[in-house]
Amino acid sequence: MKRLSRLRRHRAAGPILLIFALFTIGTTFQVASAVNNETTSVADRAVTIEEGKQIFLKGCSSCHGLNAEGGQIAPSLIGVGAASVDFQVATGRMPMADMSVQAMRKDPVYNAEEVHALATYVASLAPGPQVPGEELLNYERDGSVAEGGELFRTNCAMCHNFAGQGGALTQGKYAPTLMGVEPRHIYEAMITGPQSMPVFSDKTITPEEKLSIIKWIKSAESEPQLGGAALGRVGPVTEGLLVWTLGIGLLIGVAVWLAMKAR
Amino acid sequence: MTARERIAGNVAGYVDDRTGAAKWMKKNLTKVFPDHWSFLLGEICLYSFIILLLSGTFLTFWFDPSMREVVYDGSYEPLKGLEMSAAYASTLDISFEVRGGLLMRQIHHWAALIFMVGIVVHLLRVYFTGAFRKPREFNWIIGVGLLTLGIVEGFLGYSLPDDLLSGTGIRIAEAIIQALPLVGSYLAFFAFDGAFPGTAFIPRIYTVHVLLLPGIFLALITVHLMLVWYQKHTQFPGPGRTEKNVVGYPLMPVYMAKAGGFFFIVFGVTAFLGAVASINPIWLYGPYTPGQISAGSQPDWYMGWLDGLVRMAPPLETHAFGHTISWNILIPGLILPGIMFTGLALYPFIESWATGDKREHHLLDRPRNTPNRTAIGVMALTFTLVSLINGGNDIIATTFHLTINQMMWFSRIAIIVLPPIAFVITKRLCLSLQRADRDLVLHGRETGRLVRMPSGEFVEVHEPISPEKAWLLTSHEQLAPLELPEHDASGVRRAGSIKNKIRNRVSRAAAVAVPKATETERRELEGHH
Repeated sequence: MKRLSRLRRHRAAGPILLIFALFTIGTTFQVASAVNNETTSVADRAVTIEEGKQIFLKGCSSCHGLNAEGGQIAPSLIGVGAASVDFQVATGRMPMADMSVQAMRKDPVYNAEEVHALATYVASLAPGPQVPGEELLNYERDGSVAEGGELFRTNCAMCHNFAGQGGALTQGKYAPTLMGVEPRHIYEAMITGPQSMPVFSDKTITPEEKLSIIKWIKSAESEPQLGGAALGRVGPVTEGLLVWTLGIGLLIGVAVWLAMKAR
Repeated sequence: MTARERIAGNVAGYVDDRTGAAKWMKKNLTKVFPDHWSFLLGEICLYSFIILLLSGTFLTFWFDPSMREVVYDGSYEPLKGLEMSAAYASTLDISFEVRGGLLMRQIHHWAALIFMVGIVVHLLRVYFTGAFRKPREFNWIIGVGLLTLGIVEGFLGYSLPDDLLSGTGIRIAEAIIQALPLVGSYLAFFAFDGAFPGTAFIPRIYTVHVLLLPGIFLALITVHLMLVWYQKHTQFPGPGRTEKNVVGYPLMPVYMAKAGGFFFIVFGVTAFLGAVASINPIWLYGPYTPGQISAGSQPDWYMGWLDGLVRMAPPLETHAFGHTISWNILIPGLILPGIMFTGLALYPFIESWATGDKREHHLLDRPRNTPNRTAIGVMALTFTLVSLINGGNDIIATTFHLTINQMMWFSRIAIIVLPPIAFVITKRLCLSLQRADRDLVLHGRETGRLVRMPSGEFVEVHEPISPEKAWLLTSHEQLAPLELPEHDASGVRRAGSIKNKIRNRVSRAAAVAVPKATETERRELEGHH
């Protein structure tokens, strides 16, 4: 008894007890919540994976192989992650319309649930980048538009143009316009690097910086046409076109009229 | 005499007593100018130059030509807090803080584009009508000088805001300077006061843009107009118009009213474009840093052909004695433009050498009557147009779903193949038009009325054309080819016979024509019908 009370009054007793308590509570919560999640979602997840597999077998396997192992014309999908599937399928790029150099954006073939099932199935094959959640994508709160613009001009503008209007790459490939693209898909493109695009890992561009980029793109998208008609925001080519058609056309018209009146 | 007339007379008399202006005014205010819409094209340039001076002066009140680093704290949110040069920040301020500043910036830039378009269409009119011939060769050279300086002035102007797009252009200009063998690197260091970008070039090009070049422009434009005044304006051929007279209206009041009105219309069109169409939206480009670049970076259109030439150049380099010569920049960036502008400036002399025509000309040519000149012009235009199109190859590729590689190979082949084809087609077209003129004079206008003759034969009734029209179609002269001696009397080749042989061949090509209808032919045919 005496020994116990001596230990209880030891200098280290407080901190040790605190650490012990935190450890116990933390572990208990972790185990409890994990067990909880597993018990409720394991069955669901299995069903979703099965659904996804069925869609995959019907719509994707002819090119990507029966087990997503890839083939001569399409890459393996093992390890590409849910984010990649979500980006490619939800923007309509996959399934491809034809075997051109690059998959075009078009109306999606599958609805949101089917895309989710497909993504879950592919993610179940091997771990890969996850679809970013709503909470993560709060770019209005977590992004900085000026920093985003700076990052955009350093990393993105060389292909996607200074205002995100897109641009040409070699051999008919192109960087698509970023106007009207959902923030989720922009984020997924950055972490998965679809088609000709490089992967911008979280080490290269942190998640907060990615949100800043998205915020800048959205700000450019909603920016009013400050100087009048924006002429496509592609630089001086359209300006030259306008001055050689409308500009000089009007002036020559007036010149003809002035010379006519004197007759 | 009313009181008002007396006062006006007294004022005029007061001024005349002191300046002797009355005699000069009387002579010059009644000066006659011929009337044609294409004679107003040069005025477009003059008026847009005045607009450029006015709007440019406005811009200098707020523009800070300095590369000092500042932190932006204006009202344009997406750039707030970024470090940038004072030049870029003050251009943002002109756009967003100064009342009417954005409109003025856009008017200034649109006026610059119209200025350059005006110069080009004016040059085309002068070229295709042969208005550059004696005695106007000097004025032609001044015009070519204005075109060249206009390109430089425009380039320096849009480089001033120090935005991402213009900085890219400056970088390319530096590369072109560096491509000069031996002296290139030194010249680039001299121009930029050290390594690119440094802190010197914005203040330097500002001085050149707002002081040096406008001064030269003002001087050259004055000389250009004084020569027009002194040599009198050319006129199109027509009844009563000769090499020795000018048929038209006096300066006062007809041309004063027309020219004054046209100034305001040019100003109106420029202001309209400035108000409704965005140009050079520098806030979207962002501040310049050498580490950044945008897809689809293009120069303004008057530099576009130069960019197109550089873009299509194959990657050629030689390394010798520790030096690199970048032919891929040197040829399209300096050698080809040098040849093009020298050829353009010397064209009047080349033509008179080829045709042997050293006389004065005040009557203009119809382009069809000089097939060789017209064909050379279209050939040069085709060359420039192909390179201009290739300057926008990435924008065209994405717009029309082509590949940039196809565009480049099309341009590489077309720039060699198309100009000669354009030459041949144009020459044939001119000759066909001459043939049509000849038919018109000899057989009259086809009325489309068919008459059945008693013999059962159907004929179309031709109506004779008016004497004025017939004069217009036959008044031009057709030059005979030169026949310079290649051998002397005893059949021995003379000194300089090769030169004469070349001149004979060139002048034969220039003199190819369908013989115009003559009076005897006309009479003969009339007797026939």
